[in-house]
Amino acid sequence: MNEKELWNLLDEVMDPEIPVLSLVDLGVVREAKLANGNPEITITPTYSGCPAMKVMEEDIEAVLQGAGFDEYRIKTVLSPAWTTDWITEKGRKALQEYGIAPPEQATSDKNVLLGHPKEVTCPHCKSRQTKMLSQFGSTPCKALYQCNDCKEPFDYFKCI
Amino acid sequence: MEQKQALFNYLLRLGDNAAILGHRLSEWCGHGPELEEDIAIINTALDLLGHARSLYTYAGEVEGKGRDEDDIAYLRIEREYRNALICELPNGHYGDTIARQFLFDQFNYLLFSELVNSTDETVAAIAAKAIKEIRYHLRRSTEWTLRLGDGTEESHNRVQQSFHDVWMYTGDLFVQDESDKAVIEAGIGPDLTLLYPVWQDKVKEVLKEATLEMPENGWMQSGSKQGRHTEHFGYILSELQYMQRAYPGCEW
Repeated sequence: MNEKELWNLLDEVMDPEIPVLSLVDLGVVREAKLANGNPEITITPTYSGCPAMKVMEEDIEAVLQGAGFDEYRIKTVLSPAWTTDWITEKGRKALQEYGIAPPEQATSDKNVLLGHPKEVTCPHCKSRQTKMLSQFGSTPCKALYQCNDCKEPFDYFKCI
Repeated sequence: MEQKQALFNYLLRLGDNAAILGHRLSEWCGHGPELEEDIAIINTALDLLGHARSLYTYAGEVEGKGRDEDDIAYLRIEREYRNALICELPNGHYGDTIARQFLFDQFNYLLFSELVNSTDETVAAIAAKAIKEIRYHLRRSTEWTLRLGDGTEESHNRVQQSFHDVWMYTGDLFVQDESDKAVIEAGIGPDLTLLYPVWQDKVKEVLKEATLEMPENGWMQSGSKQGRHTEHFGYILSELQYMQRAYPGCEW
């Protein structure tokens, strides 16, 4: 196995809370190397208290063991701090299709300037007429929004 | 004072602030005033526990006696905890919790904004991660201060009383001792006396907008740096440490 294949293997490991998003697309896997044929993986938490880190590590171990690796190292680093900019285009699309609004990137909307919540597009009907219900959603990385048009509540992946 | 000991003390204080306030906030789980708020406050607790874990782990490494995050979190006695007194105060009603949180968040935000530039790489890395979350906490507790202060007559009066009640514990946040001095000299942490006027201005600004009166400085309760706690602290430990005391070394 080469390093590209190792990355492809890791791309099969899904986020335990958002099962359509791989850890690679989420930007949690920072490095994947082979040292004398043994994988050395570096991961970083999305949030300091993210309770899914342990599960992520175990899921990576399971995939590595499944591929026949007996010896490997998984290291957790805090720096540089994870940012939503690391979510890949493929990951953003997967979030959208799953019903979670991906983090808004360019901040041209004036709400942010005035200290109001960001304009977020509804992942269901694509309306921009949405409102924030709570700064925190079902996990620390998400906020809770509602669409004023289709009335559906939805999770928004917070931009950090 | 030896540099290593000073850094260890410093990390314990930062870690204890996060762990004890996080524990307090977690007591709201299932009791929040509304569902969204219940979720929000527990997420804040979770962030703080995350900060505590990183800080305790590093404190254990600096100490070099083989203690891990759990040993430090669960196996100390009352006087060995060094959290600021404000962090251990009871939740009270929601206004009390918000007043405590806003004043602490404002302090924590200023502190961690400086720790990001720490000469200690690990402290800087933990702070760079934490500051993104603390910014969110501050935004939320600021909004609630405005909402309750500039809300109904009832909410205004009650949260005004909350700010008066908690005020005498704010001085303790800025007390410095030998460990702080060593840490400041080494460029690891900021001089809190420089942060104090900024903290005061920011608090004043928000309270004014919230139509609240800024409490006057009177008697300030201190003692956290020597491990002298309020009468509320023992109850926190008896709950927090129950499992480890009843079943030493238990894991799940």
